[in-house]
Amino acid sequence: MDTLLSSEGDSQRTQYPYVTGTSIIGIKYKDGILMAADMGGSYGSTIRYKSVERLKQVGKHSLIGASGEISDFQEILKYLDELILHDNMWDDGNSLGPKEVHNYLTRVMYNRRNKFDPLWNSLVIGGVKNGQKYLGSVSMIGVHYEDDHLATGFGNHLARPILREEWREDLSFEEGVKLLEKCMRNLLYRDRSAVNKLQIAKITEEGLTVSQPYSLKTFWNFAAFQNPTVGATGSW
Amino acid sequence: MRSECINYGYTYESPLPVGRLVYQLADKAQVCTQRSWKRPYGVGLLVAGLDESGAHLYNNCPSGNYFEYQAFAIGSRSQAAKTYLERKFEKFTESSRDDLVKDALFAIRETLQGEKLTSSVCTIAVVGVGEAFNILDQETVQALINEFEISGEEAPINESVAEQSVGDDQRSAAAEEAAPMDI
Repeated sequence: MDTLLSSEGDSQRTQYPYVTGTSIIGIKYKDGILMAADMGGSYGSTIRYKSVERLKQVGKHSLIGASGEISDFQEILKYLDELILHDNMWDDGNSLGPKEVHNYLTRVMYNRRNKFDPLWNSLVIGGVKNGQKYLGSVSMIGVHYEDDHLATGFGNHLARPILREEWREDLSFEEGVKLLEKCMRNLLYRDRSAVNKLQIAKITEEGLTVSQPYSLKTFWNFAAFQNPTVGATGSW
Repeated sequence: MRSECINYGYTYESPLPVGRLVYQLADKAQVCTQRSWKRPYGVGLLVAGLDESGAHLYNNCPSGNYFEYQAFAIGSRSQAAKTYLERKFEKFTESSRDDLVKDALFAIRETLQGEKLTSSVCTIAVVGVGEAFNILDQETVQALINEFEISGEEAPINESVAEQSVGDDQRSAAAEEAAPMDI
């Protein structure tokens, strides 16, 4: 094994992500789960792709959102597709719910991490089955949580404080969307890899809907941004 | 079987549906019939459990065949029990848990060919919605047996025939000591 050139070969060490998605935010609300993600795919510091769907349906009962390496997310979707296919082929009245999908992915992520070949993603899985709402997250190293509100990436720092203050058990759909938009707007201002084109997905007992892409209104007309160089002392 | 269940539970944090378990078991049994250096399993199994679509009962054969039943009996004298169950099974979906236990005892009694049914020769296990798998203790089983033996209830031939009294022909249950049987 040639250890000087380590691009191929069995022994893969930590990879580098190439095309990445930024934060996902997920919350439980009265009737189910709401998740928000923007549609950006960054290539390092370049916003290269602006129509990347980072929220996807999984089977009848679940929704997955991914941040991190987009190609790894596509591979995860392939694994999930096979999983759901085999589950459906049993045709026995049993179906995998969000809890099962979450745990399956935890195992996958953790096993890859142990082989030093991680899937470079942070995932949020949400869904409703038999009236039970479920919201969980898995990281690229297999760390997994369940909670009433979750976020990945920058969302952890910028969105979760808002959610801690303003999330309630009995949010209506409109209130939930407003809350998510408040978080996404914050991320849009402060996260350099955020783009102003987002989707919100809703999953309830009845089913899943992913909204059409839309943009948030932003406000830049602050006094400090008017004539920013007034009072500046000389140039460099 | 335990390995399959525990592995599934580890991956999915959810119980393995019975139907899938017996399928996997049947595949293993079948392999043993197709390799010249192996022999088939020497056991048939009745496997019962609950999943999302309700309660299920399966019979796994050494051949690798498996079938689902509403009610079944296996073993050398199972035909008598099967005949009893064939008459009664259509009512089972509406029966209460306790009635079902009684039906099971009647079915077992049919296989005894007149021998006395006591809790020392009979074990009952129950699994249901909200009731984890548990084996009834000997006292409970004996009490259930006494309930229908003392009232002189014969396993009814059909609905219109009144219960026949058989109390006089049998030694009273109280006079006999139940031999201890450790499970």
